[in-house]
Amino acid sequence: MTLFVVFGALALGAALGMVFSRNSVHGALLLVVNLGAIAGLFLTLEAEFLFVAQIIVYAGAIMVLFLFVIMLLGVDRSEPLMEPRPLQRRQLTFAVLIAIPLIAGLSATFAIPALTASPGALPENFGSPEALGQKLFRDYLLPFEVTALLLLVAAIGILLLARRRSER
Amino acid sequence: MDPVWLILLSPLAGAVVLLLAGRRMGRTAGLVGSAAVLVAFAAALVSFAALLGRGHGARAHVLHAYDWAVIGQLDVGVTIRFDELSALMCVMVTGVAFLIHVYSTSYMHGDPRFSRFFAYLNLFVFSMLVLVLADNLLLLFAGWEGVGLCSYLLIGFWHERPRAASAAKKAFLVTRIGDTGLLIGIFLLFTAVGTLDISGVLRAATTGNIAVGTATAAGLLLFAGAVGKSAQLPLYVWLPDAMEGPSPVSALIHAATMVTAGVYLVVRLNPLYELSHTAGGVVAVVGVSTAIFAAVLAMAEDDIKRVLAYSTVSQLGFMFLAAGVGAYGAAMFHLITHAFFKALLFLAAGSVMHGLAEETSLDRMGGLRKAMPATFAVTFVGWGAITGVLPFAGFFSKDAIVAAVWHEHRTVLFAAAVVAAALTAFYMSRLLFLAFFGSPRWSEGTHPHESGPTMVLPMVGLAVMAAIGGILNLPGPFPRPFWLDQFLAPVVGKSEHGEGFGVPLLLWTVTAVAILGAWWVYAADPSRRETVRGRLGPVNTIVRNKFYVDEIYASFIVAPLRLLATFAAYVVDRRVIDGAVNGIGSVVTGAAGSWRRVQSGLVRNYAVGVAAGAAALVAWLALRGMP
Amino acid sequence: MSAPVAPPSNVADRDRTRSGKPLLLGLVLLVLVVLGVAIAVRNEPVTTSHYLMLSMLLFMIGVGGVLMRRNALVLFMCVELMLNAVNLAFVTFARMHGSMDGQVIVLFVMIVAAAEVAIGLAIIVAIFRRRLSANVDEMSLLRW
Repeated sequence: MTLFVVFGALALGAALGMVFSRNSVHGALLLVVNLGAIAGLFLTLEAEFLFVAQIIVYAGAIMVLFLFVIMLLGVDRSEPLMEPRPLQRRQLTFAVLIAIPLIAGLSATFAIPALTASPGALPENFGSPEALGQKLFRDYLLPFEVTALLLLVAAIGILLLARRRSER
Repeated sequence: MDPVWLILLSPLAGAVVLLLAGRRMGRTAGLVGSAAVLVAFAAALVSFAALLGRGHGARAHVLHAYDWAVIGQLDVGVTIRFDELSALMCVMVTGVAFLIHVYSTSYMHGDPRFSRFFAYLNLFVFSMLVLVLADNLLLLFAGWEGVGLCSYLLIGFWHERPRAASAAKKAFLVTRIGDTGLLIGIFLLFTAVGTLDISGVLRAATTGNIAVGTATAAGLLLFAGAVGKSAQLPLYVWLPDAMEGPSPVSALIHAATMVTAGVYLVVRLNPLYELSHTAGGVVAVVGVSTAIFAAVLAMAEDDIKRVLAYSTVSQLGFMFLAAGVGAYGAAMFHLITHAFFKALLFLAAGSVMHGLAEETSLDRMGGLRKAMPATFAVTFVGWGAITGVLPFAGFFSKDAIVAAVWHEHRTVLFAAAVVAAALTAFYMSRLLFLAFFGSPRWSEGTHPHESGPTMVLPMVGLAVMAAIGGILNLPGPFPRPFWLDQFLAPVVGKSEHGEGFGVPLLLWTVTAVAILGAWWVYAADPSRRETVRGRLGPVNTIVRNKFYVDEIYASFIVAPLRLLATFAAYVVDRRVIDGAVNGIGSVVTGAAGSWRRVQSGLVRNYAVGVAAGAAALVAWLALRGMP
Repeated sequence: MSAPVAPPSNVADRDRTRSGKPLLLGLVLLVLVVLGVAIAVRNEPVTTSHYLMLSMLLFMIGVGGVLMRRNALVLFMCVELMLNAVNLAFVTFARMHGSMDGQVIVLFVMIVAAAEVAIGLAIIVAIFRRRLSANVDEMSLLRW
């Protein structure tokens, strides 16, 4: 319970901070915090493997990549966050308008008993690598192979995109 | 294959061949065209002989090619009927057409569209035969339209001449007016009888299955078509102008065949006119009025072909007079003889024109008797036939008509017919005297010469028929009397004939007086013509100007229609219809113009769109109520 | 459109960068702590709905960031935030149903996110080389 509150608050705070940060590096670091908090939430939800995977892959690899690019492009200078007033206001209005139905819909879920009941008994190795592996290689074998291919395609694409055109 | 089909197919084949390959044929086009019609003529003779071979009453032959339209109650096939009436017409049409084809090979020699001419002539013969042989009204109408088309094409054959082009247009449009009536009449008959078969219609008429009122209406409407096609009052105005076409065309179409289609129609549907005495009466009255009116106009006409045109109108009036009083046999008799002598006269006129470098005005003719003896001889025969001089054919046929009118006790019509006959004699004699007698009034440098044998021989052929044609229906005292009447009896009913010589004698006297009168004015003393003209004064002017009929039509009928057409074209078509269509186009363009701005290229705007859509979707799902 | 564009620098805007952010963050954290304490005091067990609500909030923050930010990289990071929020939701449901399917899907999402980030950053790098700007508003050639 407390864990949920702590991690939840951390996640939300980091998220807001990232969105409103003026410095991209600050934003990236805040996102790392956010990802760590979410990893903690995974733990409270009995998903141990994902907790580790999130930290290693997301926070460790992806965010590092982000920071690389930020540093490379030199956009770490402070940028004017605030855009012309009327534009900002309009965007905020949009965001709020979009948020209302979502929150309303979600609040309605509190009334659904299925969602407020306590979760039933969980299988033995729920959340462990074995369980994940069993599911992955049995029921989701094809998607697994396809994502492998996807990664290959992505790698090739990046190679092509990042090539310097100076050898003309 | 029954030779009857050959009658139809030969000219059609000729037309197709000539249209497709005519240009390359050169002079042989004339041979091909003539041969096609000759084959048809031979087939017609053979079929006619076969028909005679079949006994009385069993002569009609109905041949079915294929079903044309079977829709609901309507069952129309390509069916032809070869009975006494159509056999007669076939032989006449193909025979006269053949002679005219031969004549044309010389007359149209050197024309740049030589083969096209024969193609059109063949097509015309085909259409006319379709008309005559049709066993149902729809096929008849198809032939009717076909001859109208060919008439248009042939009148305007020299379409570089504006007068020819507008004459063709006029012919087509004026006959169209009549055709509307014909079409409505056909619709009416179909509604009343339930079939378009001619035999069906006639049976319904004879067994009293058609109400008298319907018969009257149908009869009048069909006669309207005849009024247009056969150039009666008030739709005769196209025929004089149609003389812009080549003389063979005038001979074939506007003397012997197309214009007789109206008479054929009335004779073919005679039970209808027997049923409705009103319709018959109208036909007779219109016929005789036209006869007189046209004859009057012919008396003041100076163009040789136009005189003959008015003469045709007048003679057709005689035929309708006969049909109107129920003497269908006499009407057909006159139709046949008229075909012979009128075609002959037109060909002779063509010969004269050729000899005088296309001169058509009688004022510049004269004294051709010596310069063109053969033409004069045949013209003399034709003159004798039309004025009704013994022993030529016209005497017998005209006498038959007038006698029939007298026999039916239609006194007023009788008197009018006699007057018309007198006028006929007068104007034809006038033509003869002005063209062939007296001293030459030719224009500078003209050297009239006789035409070649290719032109003279067909004329001679027609002259022979005009001379002896009377034997077809000789009156009482002669051997084999009334052969034609008896022959046609299965189709037109029994014909009754009066006794006595009273009528022929009266006619003969009147004719003689008229001829003498013409001689007195035109031949005896050339200057008398001017004197008479001066004495007549304003009457002369009015008649010369054709009673201003064309002008009246132009201002009261043509002008308003033209106004309406201009309105429809420039206001309705251009502004309303085009405006609506273009308006739709511009609405689409305008809408597209504003809508495309959605694609601003700004990613964040697109993101807003996506997010808004997602939110809407969630809202909708929530409202729908999730399980 | 080939000339490189220098990023704008406004003095006035820079002034605004001095203050605000830490304060904002502090405020937000305060609100959250209060909320959390409120929940804890009420002593309810944490249910699926709570997790879902959290997930949704994170998601919406991400959406707001995408709509409001001009910097392409920060924009991207907000997209990552949205993906993570969804991951949280999936794991929550996996827990609720007691089935591993949710977690497998999360794994796939992570993989695809990795690939996507890599390519996206490569694109941004390529664009930046040309135009020396990472401002998404200026990348608007694909328009009417």
